[in-house]
Amino acid sequence: MIPFNMLVVVCLVYVGMLFLVAFGAEKRAEQGKLGWLRSPMVYTLSLSIYCTAWTFYGAVGYAARSGLEFVTIYLGPTLVLVGWWWVLRKLVRIGRAQRITSIADLISSRYGKSNLLGIIVTVMAVIGTTPYIALQLQSVTLSFAVFASETPEGWALPDLNSTAFWVAVGLAIFTIVFGTRNLDANERHHGVVTAIALEAIVKLVALLAVGIFVVWGVAQGPSDILARIDASPIAKWQLNSGRWATLLFLSAAAFICLPRMFQVLVVENSDERHVATASWAFPIYLFFMSLFVVPIAVVGLSVLPEGSNPDLYVLTVPLLFDRDGLAMLSFLGGFSSATSMVIMAAIALSTMVSNHIVMPIWLNMRQDGATMSGDVRGVVLLSRRFSIGAILALGYLYYRFSRDGEALAAIGLISFTGVVQVLPALIGGMFWRGATRAGAAMGLILGFTVWAYTMFLPSFGESVVLSASVLAEGPFGIGWLRPQALFGIEGMDPLVHAVFWSITLNTIVFVAGSLASFPGPLERLQGAQFVNIFEHSVSARGWSGGMAEAEDLLVMAQRILGPDEAQALFQAESRSQGQHGYLPDITPDFVEQLERELTGSVGAATAHAMVGQIIGGSSVSVEDLLAVADETAQMLEYSSQLEQKSSELTRTARQLREANEKLTELSVQKDAFLSQISHELRTPMTSIRAFSEILMDGNNLPESELNRYSSIIHDETIRLTRLLDDLLDLSVLENGQVSLNYQHGNLHEILERAVSSARSIDAEPGFVIRRDTQAENIDLVTDTDRLRQVFINLISNARKYCDADAPELRISVRLRGENVQIDFVDNGSGIPKKSQNLIFEKFSRLSDQAAAGGAGLGLAICREIVSKLMGQIAYLPGQGGGAFRVAIPLKSPRGKAAE
Amino acid sequence: MKPLRPVFLARQGYRRRRVMDAARALPVLGAFLVLIPLLWSGEDGGDAATRVGVVYLFMIWAGLIVSAGWLARYLDGHVDEAPESRDEGPRE
Repeated sequence: MIPFNMLVVVCLVYVGMLFLVAFGAEKRAEQGKLGWLRSPMVYTLSLSIYCTAWTFYGAVGYAARSGLEFVTIYLGPTLVLVGWWWVLRKLVRIGRAQRITSIADLISSRYGKSNLLGIIVTVMAVIGTTPYIALQLQSVTLSFAVFASETPEGWALPDLNSTAFWVAVGLAIFTIVFGTRNLDANERHHGVVTAIALEAIVKLVALLAVGIFVVWGVAQGPSDILARIDASPIAKWQLNSGRWATLLFLSAAAFICLPRMFQVLVVENSDERHVATASWAFPIYLFFMSLFVVPIAVVGLSVLPEGSNPDLYVLTVPLLFDRDGLAMLSFLGGFSSATSMVIMAAIALSTMVSNHIVMPIWLNMRQDGATMSGDVRGVVLLSRRFSIGAILALGYLYYRFSRDGEALAAIGLISFTGVVQVLPALIGGMFWRGATRAGAAMGLILGFTVWAYTMFLPSFGESVVLSASVLAEGPFGIGWLRPQALFGIEGMDPLVHAVFWSITLNTIVFVAGSLASFPGPLERLQGAQFVNIFEHSVSARGWSGGMAEAEDLLVMAQRILGPDEAQALFQAESRSQGQHGYLPDITPDFVEQLERELTGSVGAATAHAMVGQIIGGSSVSVEDLLAVADETAQMLEYSSQLEQKSSELTRTARQLREANEKLTELSVQKDAFLSQISHELRTPMTSIRAFSEILMDGNNLPESELNRYSSIIHDETIRLTRLLDDLLDLSVLENGQVSLNYQHGNLHEILERAVSSARSIDAEPGFVIRRDTQAENIDLVTDTDRLRQVFINLISNARKYCDADAPELRISVRLRGENVQIDFVDNGSGIPKKSQNLIFEKFSRLSDQAAAGGAGLGLAICREIVSKLMGQIAYLPGQGGGAFRVAIPLKSPRGKAAE
Repeated sequence: MKPLRPVFLARQGYRRRRVMDAARALPVLGAFLVLIPLLWSGEDGGDAATRVGVVYLFMIWAGLIVSAGWLARYLDGHVDEAPESRDEGPRE
């Protein structure tokens, strides 16, 4: 027989081995030799924390009491795993993409990083899990007690409570040492996970060993076992359809919703492909875990005396046949089942408590918030360690005060039903974008309330929390509110009743609340992220950014991620922005990435709040939302800006080209002008030189010849002078240096003087000028001398070029509003159409016909003068001869100023 | 077990999507099979023996495991793909 001391020694050795394995795994991980630590097999084995001591011991008891019903607890998870393509794949992807730290974090993150939901789920998880931890402690102490009572020496187990206490303390130490080594959830707890994988093997081997012993050692092989089943009290399968379906649903849902399962399934997952492996490998594990349950139960029922606890058949059957080693192995299997569950549950719950309850309170208490100095990591880790201690203490207390409770399985199912209340919000959040925070909160609270009222509180027994009268007649005698017969529906199994009503009401309120409420911007962003996780691999942007100081962010990040990591992160970002040093520009992308990093350590809601404290406005504006929702709009805007710029450039280039053409043209004009002017100057010069040479040589010339030659020289000199005068005049006019002398005048007088001047220059008797003196009588303010110059030019032009036999010029005057029009129309052949554009250019003479007339500067001078007088001069086609129209204002603007 | 290597890539993509459909259908089939025993109790439990139940349940359990294993091996490389993926290109 096994003495108590030896049992304790074996336990301590086993625990020591766990410490060593965990320590070794951590060392390997630190050195980067992850290797098999991240293999799909370790992942699959770590899922085995689903099989707790309740499973290890309780399944056999369950089978002994109600036959095959126990198998639903394993079939539910099998269906979930087999259907990984539906739910688990998406869940793991979301968990990794959003760096989820716990199931409370997932719910909080999905519904707009709401800390309210985080708190609700955390509280629910703590309340739902505490009885379960108590259950593990109970199973360990019970198994100790088995050995105590079996020993003939009768070593008394003096105090079961102290056993439970020391087990709890040991578990707390292990969990604190290996479960709070680092903060970042994505740096996995390699030590813990490896130890749990080892424990998974231990419990499977233990159960298989007992099973094989029972089938081939006690009975004579499988056929004998089948015969024994037929002969046993559970030969008839009394299938309760309601319970069968309910338990399948419950276990399937709990497999996802249990905080510890979520921890190993999603948070500790290092590779999404591992889920594919686990989809068949873990059902195999479950298959073998349950394969021998019925045989052990049947054999136990037949060989052990009536009244012995069927929950402990796994231990008592080997002991009955004096197989101490096997019993010891079985004991270790149960022990490891209990410890692995407690460790994982404590890690998961402490993460939730510290991220959703302690940190927000702590942040609120500090007025300076996230920007103050000091290492937040220490605070977070400390709060986690305290949470672990507190959770185990709660479990121990629960154990102390409800030790004489029901059979193991009942507590397990109560716990399952409690945590499964998260399911509607979880599944709804993953597959329905319309799910809102308000709906989720209402559903969770109502479901949890119904669970507590119909299942949790009555489980303490009559008159403990709920009085017997409330149980029998309902509160205040309201019959339809009886805890185990809501709405007057009696006769349902209490479990089915509680699950049915809590989940149904939860779901209805969740859906109705979601339909009726309106989600905030961040909620909608996150909703789209979660539901369309496979389409959006990039995250939506939550920060408008720009306001934060990089240094503040670095200070905060250092305190959560640790100085080295934070600096590396900032430096990498700064380098990717093409800068030096540690302080990058605060882009929305960077803030987003930083928040994601922090989320891995302190949870989405806390990280969001901390970044929000530094950034300022933590809310998402509609503009941000629009910008995020439709980045293509930004691209379009950008490209249209580019287009605008490019068309602007095209315009500028065209203007430049035009300017260049004009310059080229001007240069050509200048060349032409120079050659023209030299030609114009040379012609009179040539004749002056020729005649002056004649005068010099010939002294014998007659008087008349002398007179003729000298008069030619004189004429040519006058012509030269006039040309030079004209040139000077034009140059002055063109350079704008001319000063106009405005004065009052009468058009008639101006014309009169112009006509007489023109006659005096070169009189031509046949030339008739027709005028309308009545119409000419117009007063105007202008530079009368300049205007007369224009008129003289026009009149003498007409006289020179009019080729009619009886040349005549008609001068007509008309008032046109503020302007007066003076038309000069002769009866010659006019100017051909192709030349009409050229006549106002310098030196443009249409023919040599009257070469002596002038240098071709007259009309150019006219145009300059008229434009200086704010008027216009134009050739007027279609008048039956050459026709010019001069239009000048009656009162020029400058004239008004002069008045 | 291993399907013949398809000649055309389009066919490969088609086959992959059908395997995804199968992966979705498998849990439904499993749930249906697991709920079948509910029909047996209609006979007042007279013939519904535990040994029959044990054999039946463990048989379908093994069947589910084998099917899931086959599907998982096929889908292992395609975890990243969206179910609606239009990508017809070779993956292996």
